[in-house]
Amino acid sequence: MWRGERQVLAGVSLSVAAGECVHVLGANGSGKTTLLRVIAGLLTPEQGTVEWGGQATRKRRDEWFATIGYLAHSDALKPELTARENLAFDVGLRRRIHDQEIGAALGEVGLAHAQNQPAGFLSAGQRRRLAMARVTLAAAPFWILDEPYTNLDSAGAALVAGLLGRHLDAGGAALVAAHQPPTIPHHVPRRVELPS
Amino acid sequence: MNPTGILGAAWLAYRRDLLLALRHWGQVAQPLIFFVMITTLFPLALDPELAELRRIAAGILWVAALLASLLGLELLFRSDHADGTLEQMLLCGQPLTILALAKGLAHWTVCGLPIVLLTPFVATGIGVPFEAVGTAMKSLALGTGILSALGAIGSALTLGLRRGSLLLGLLVLPLAMPALIFGARAIDLSIHGDSARGPLLLLAAMLVLALTLAPPAVAAALRISAE
Amino acid sequence: MNWTWLHKLVSPPHAYRIAGRLTPWFGWPAFVLIAVGLFGGVVLAPADYQQGDAFRIVYVHAPSAWLSMLVYGTMAAAAAVGLIWRIKLAHAVAAASAPIGASFTVLALATGSIWGKPMWGTWWVWDARLTSELLLLFLYAGVMALRSSIDDRDRADRASALLAIVGIVNLPIIHYSVNWWNTLHQASTLTRIGKPSMAGDMLWPLLTMLLGFTLYFGAVLLVRLRGEILLRERDASWLRSVLAR
Repeated sequence: MWRGERQVLAGVSLSVAAGECVHVLGANGSGKTTLLRVIAGLLTPEQGTVEWGGQATRKRRDEWFATIGYLAHSDALKPELTARENLAFDVGLRRRIHDQEIGAALGEVGLAHAQNQPAGFLSAGQRRRLAMARVTLAAAPFWILDEPYTNLDSAGAALVAGLLGRHLDAGGAALVAAHQPPTIPHHVPRRVELPS
Repeated sequence: MNPTGILGAAWLAYRRDLLLALRHWGQVAQPLIFFVMITTLFPLALDPELAELRRIAAGILWVAALLASLLGLELLFRSDHADGTLEQMLLCGQPLTILALAKGLAHWTVCGLPIVLLTPFVATGIGVPFEAVGTAMKSLALGTGILSALGAIGSALTLGLRRGSLLLGLLVLPLAMPALIFGARAIDLSIHGDSARGPLLLLAAMLVLALTLAPPAVAAALRISAE
Repeated sequence: MNWTWLHKLVSPPHAYRIAGRLTPWFGWPAFVLIAVGLFGGVVLAPADYQQGDAFRIVYVHAPSAWLSMLVYGTMAAAAAVGLIWRIKLAHAVAAASAPIGASFTVLALATGSIWGKPMWGTWWVWDARLTSELLLLFLYAGVMALRSSIDDRDRADRASALLAIVGIVNLPIIHYSVNWWNTLHQASTLTRIGKPSMAGDMLWPLLTMLLGFTLYFGAVLLVRLRGEILLRERDASWLRSVLAR
């Protein structure tokens, strides 16, 4: 398809199975983010389709959205709302959620002490962890993560890798775009390189 | 997994926007101040004699409400688009039309309703007799509702564009002119002691039409802007 | 049903060629019809008993006004086709039509104003038709401004298409409102000037001009469409081979 004056993702095709993690690699501008957005359903490709369980996702869009957990470049957090409130609203739009679940998720990503702070006061790394907590709480079988390790220190990166590992262990699938991903416990991701 | 129902999601979206507005109510007050300021321009520019102002009061009220609402439309989708929250809303699996309606309603509660509540004071200031104030409030209530609906379409189409606010005015004002015609007419009739039922009913019909047709258009526009 | 013939028709190289071939078929008849219509209206037709010779400007004013609305309808229809079936050519048609329609609207306003001066003594009057045309011009301006503000061509196409459709849904509402508003505030003489009863001698030049203008729109649209295709496909290989010939 075309992005402005450049044609990207010509002839790209990939598949992800349950319990599998696919790492998308490529130079800047090769279309990693575009690919993830096409698969998520935010962009429509000029040619080609996205299929899940044998059916095109375009046909049953809302169902497809409920199946995926998408992490974009931006954290998608409201700076005026607290960490807790952000999660409550974002996840609440998808499914009913209890306060204990939110508390547990915040603890998992190491933000229990900051849960009532406005998201605008958190550091960049803390915000990324919060965004990751949102993905875990969404209870979606397929994760699409765009550069999940940005702004994270080594502990944070290991944390995210651990969350990924747990998700894959439970039978979920993931598609990750990242430059230098750390290793995921018990899993070796399949690598796909995009031509530039 | 226990998915949230449509109404539950709509209520959640409505509450979130209200909470956000509460947290920076300084920004929310700006359109309101603008409304009062524009109204003040007319006695300054023309004749401050109340009898003279009364003749054009209906027009003043409506023009001021229109322009203030335009300013208020900035609050609707722009910040959501900027911080990425809009994208997440597109992907949450709930029908976007209903969410758009919920956000539009929240926007009206925060921008349109205060204008309506302030109308008695402003209207009296430009010579509207006490008996006509009720009609003025009804007319502006319906009008700001129509404006929120139409403005939502414009706002969704101009997300992320530089000088999108100027473009927004260009897009929304022509669409709002029919409402202006009937709304101002209603207030004018009431000022002269006649019944304003006709124009008010037409205005209400326009609002119903806007509430039915605008949310799908807003949803489509949001998806277009996210590409 | 086999749709490949349609796919072939809307493909850019094919459309480019066909548009080029069709243009003279629209252009020459348009030229002839407009010439004949003008002659019939300005020279042959009798002067209106109320308005005298100034009335003759209706032979340009009425067709322009009619075309300004026809072109908006075409633009909105093309926009809808482009949005629903994702056909790029439809978006190109909409993009090519917008300035043409805006020009017709300006022409209608200008001729309306010129007509008004001898009639009402002023260059502008807020009557129903002129005000409607002015609002139509605003709608055109909005669509064109939106398209030019968006850098990404696909998003620009789809956003202005949606706006064009919103505009056409509003158009009847605008017309009705302006008409109603006008009946409240205007003296009746003005509405009479709008639609005098037409004698046969006056009618045929008007219809000829109308048809001529429509064909003219067709010709200009085809030319601008080729320009749009050139713009959108400038890196395509088929274009290089066509231009090399």
